[in-house]
Amino acid sequence: MLIKCKSKGSAVLVQLMGELDHHSAKEVKDQLELYLRDSNVKDLILDFEQLRFMDSSGIGVLIGRYNTLKKRNGQMAVVNVNKQVDKIMTISGLYRIIKKIS
Amino acid sequence: MEIKNEMQVEFMALSQNEAFARVVVGAFATQLNPTLDELSDIKTAVSEAVTNAIVHGYENNGGQVIVSAKLYENKIEIEIKDKGKGIENVAAAREPFFTTIPGEERSGMGFTVMESFMDDVYIESALKEGTIVRLTKTIDHKAKGE
Ligand SMILES: Nc1ncnc2c1ncn2[C@@H]1O[C@H](COP(=O)(O)OP(=O)(O)O)[C@@H](O)[C@H]1O
Ligand SMILES: [Mg+2]
Repeated sequence: MLIKCKSKGSAVLVQLMGELDHHSAKEVKDQLELYLRDSNVKDLILDFEQLRFMDSSGIGVLIGRYNTLKKRNGQMAVVNVNKQVDKIMTISGLYRIIKKIS
Repeated sequence: MEIKNEMQVEFMALSQNEAFARVVVGAFATQLNPTLDELSDIKTAVSEAVTNAIVHGYENNGGQVIVSAKLYENKIEIEIKDKGKGIENVAAAREPFFTTIPGEERSGMGFTVMESFMDDVYIESALKEGTIVRLTKTIDHKAKGE
């Protein structure tokens, strides 16, 4: 998994490039937590344009980061979600806590 | 129903083989001319079952995972087998958000994902003997008028 980050004010935009499964979950989690370590960061936008695959191992990774941000009254959003990933997000109810921006 | 083709792979229960397993089954499934969406569905379900064999069946301590697939005229049947610890309560395991590893690492949505991406999910499990998950999906393009 290749992970890139841009930051602007209190928001960070993170691009995930690759496949988010049980194998890559820990790496993604650790890297995202690193970006969120600064408590001034309030909002996380994940760009999924190049996220080719996600299974249920990704759900916990997203919920965990949501919980980190919720404590600071921050928000989380996803952009450029492909059909396969969208199906996982929908089934798991993740769109109730994470906004999809198109 | 007549079997048109059959394959089997066996690999170590290592997380890097999750991607390997879904790619192998996906490549085999293309013989049925699935749509890209159907192919993603199959790969996702295989990923879930193989991950379960590795993290739950063998509790990340190694062992062998066996994945086999059979192609019929308009159907694929995939079996994911481990000789690990087995499932105590299969009905409970199928419930959404049920997991024996709480915390954020597992979501308990694996079987729910398999059930919504495939037509049928059959589970056979015995404690200390292991688990077989059989995933079935119909790929019937004639029925869709293609
Ligand atoms: N191959 C397996 N061997 C032993 N237990 C399993 C296996 N597959 C699933 N389970 C059990 O079923 C539960 C639910 O599985 P699943 O829906 O994939 O959720 P998760 O993997 O997130 O826990 C697991 O927590 C585990 O207890
Ligand atoms: Mg699972």
